[in-house]
Amino acid sequence: MAVAQIEAKSLWKEYGDNTVLEQVNVQVEKGEFITIVGTSGCGKTTFLRMLLGVEQPSRGELLLDGKAFPAEPGDDRGVVFQRYSVFPHLTVLKNTLLSEEFHQSRLLGKLFGQKKEQAEERAKEMLESVGLSHVLGQYPHQLSGGMQQRLAIAQALIRKPKILLLDEPFGALDPGIRADMHDLILGLWNETGLTIFMITHDLREGFYLGTRLWVFDKIRLDPQCPHCFGSTITYDIDVGQTKGSLFQAIDHSLEDSRKFLVQ
Amino acid sequence: MKRLLNQHPDTTQKIILGVLPFVVLLLIYLVASDARLVKNPDDKLLPSISDMGRAMEKLALQPSKRTGEYLFWQDTGASLTRLGLGVGISALIGLFFGILNGVIPYSRINLSPLITVISLIPPLALLPILFIVFGLGELSKIVLITFGITPFIIRDLQGKVLELPDEQLIKAQTLGASSWLVIVRVVLPQILPRLFEALRLSLGAAWLFLIAAEAIASTDGLGYRIFLVRRYLAMDIILPYVAWITFLAFLTDYILRSVSVRFFPWFHSTK
Repeated sequence: MAVAQIEAKSLWKEYGDNTVLEQVNVQVEKGEFITIVGTSGCGKTTFLRMLLGVEQPSRGELLLDGKAFPAEPGDDRGVVFQRYSVFPHLTVLKNTLLSEEFHQSRLLGKLFGQKKEQAEERAKEMLESVGLSHVLGQYPHQLSGGMQQRLAIAQALIRKPKILLLDEPFGALDPGIRADMHDLILGLWNETGLTIFMITHDLREGFYLGTRLWVFDKIRLDPQCPHCFGSTITYDIDVGQTKGSLFQAIDHSLEDSRKFLVQ
Repeated sequence: MKRLLNQHPDTTQKIILGVLPFVVLLLIYLVASDARLVKNPDDKLLPSISDMGRAMEKLALQPSKRTGEYLFWQDTGASLTRLGLGVGISALIGLFFGILNGVIPYSRINLSPLITVISLIPPLALLPILFIVFGLGELSKIVLITFGITPFIIRDLQGKVLELPDEQLIKAQTLGASSWLVIVRVVLPQILPRLFEALRLSLGAAWLFLIAAEAIASTDGLGYRIFLVRRYLAMDIILPYVAWITFLAFLTDYILRSVSVRFFPWFHSTK
């Protein structure tokens, strides 16, 4: 078995008395496509934010290549959020160029002359691969939601991060456009071989896209103290071996916690 | 018949309705002025338009007998220079501390209480101190304007930086940005149009402080002139000066807005 790229060892996350995650033990290898589902408030976003470096574990360990996760965001982990992932004051091309400019010009964050031309060349290739070559000079507010997310993906992938984190990236899109986006993300994943974590609230999307599906859910529910127990990974499924009955079982178990939390 | 709240005027109606209050006010003034002048041709309170014209001609088109200067333009130049310097310096200080406090938590926690307290000091109450410390020259007037509007600009911009979605700052870091690069490439360009908005909002206060300072200690300037001629009840000078100040205020606001629209198209079309 290959060495795990990411490993969680009895990971806990608490905010005061509120336990969000408890006893998460998991290993992820390079190149996996992990989709994460769960009810709202189940801690899936907290887990993603820990991978991002914005949150730190309360107890336990979270390891990246055998070392503790960096405590702040960095360029080895790209991210696409549901909203606000692109910069409204930059055109499509400049949004895509930004990462190169950050890396090559530490003082001004701007490239000029030949370096700029070379970087623009690469940015245009990247934009071509996400199908945005025709809107290079437009600002994000002139683009549709789907195009904005394509731009966010291009922007995140241009420097080839090791890990891509997606927080409900297609949640706000129409079904038809979502299907296009699925093709796009699967294509990019096949090409680059990077590890992807994607949160979704759509179980079908999770099964369709991932090589591995996680369900975050509470094992113990205490009506007197709903926040005393945190969530953990209740299902960890190799998506290759799925059956219809399993799909229904997950849906049922999530429905139970959803009802519980709404009370 | 549609409800009143659903009825919208067409273009011609819009222009007529917008201009109407001005015309009405002007008419009221002309009628009242005429009535007083018929009773007493030397009445100074509501001078006729031609009186004002003559007074302004003297100030704007003929050199002063005493100094050889064209007083109206000298006043305008002096006031605009003070206003420009005061507002410009405030803009730079406001931009620097607004962004610093918005982005760097250590700086915010260190400086926010101080800035809040400073912003609560009534600037005019400080005017005597400014005169004592900086003398009666240009410096104290510029400092008064700066002191009066900078805390507002800092607090406004700091708030606007904090309103930037967290996602943007995180995304920039995942693209490899340092704190400095986040400031110059992500925060500064998005805050500049906000600075223009803040400046437009603080121009009214800036004029207030300018005229107050000029009224108390000065030898030229629009505020100086109207307070000077007040002694002679020279409404034929005061009224045109007030109208001119109003026009200059309108013009600066218009220019700031136009510059902002020209340079930050993304900002004005997303709002």
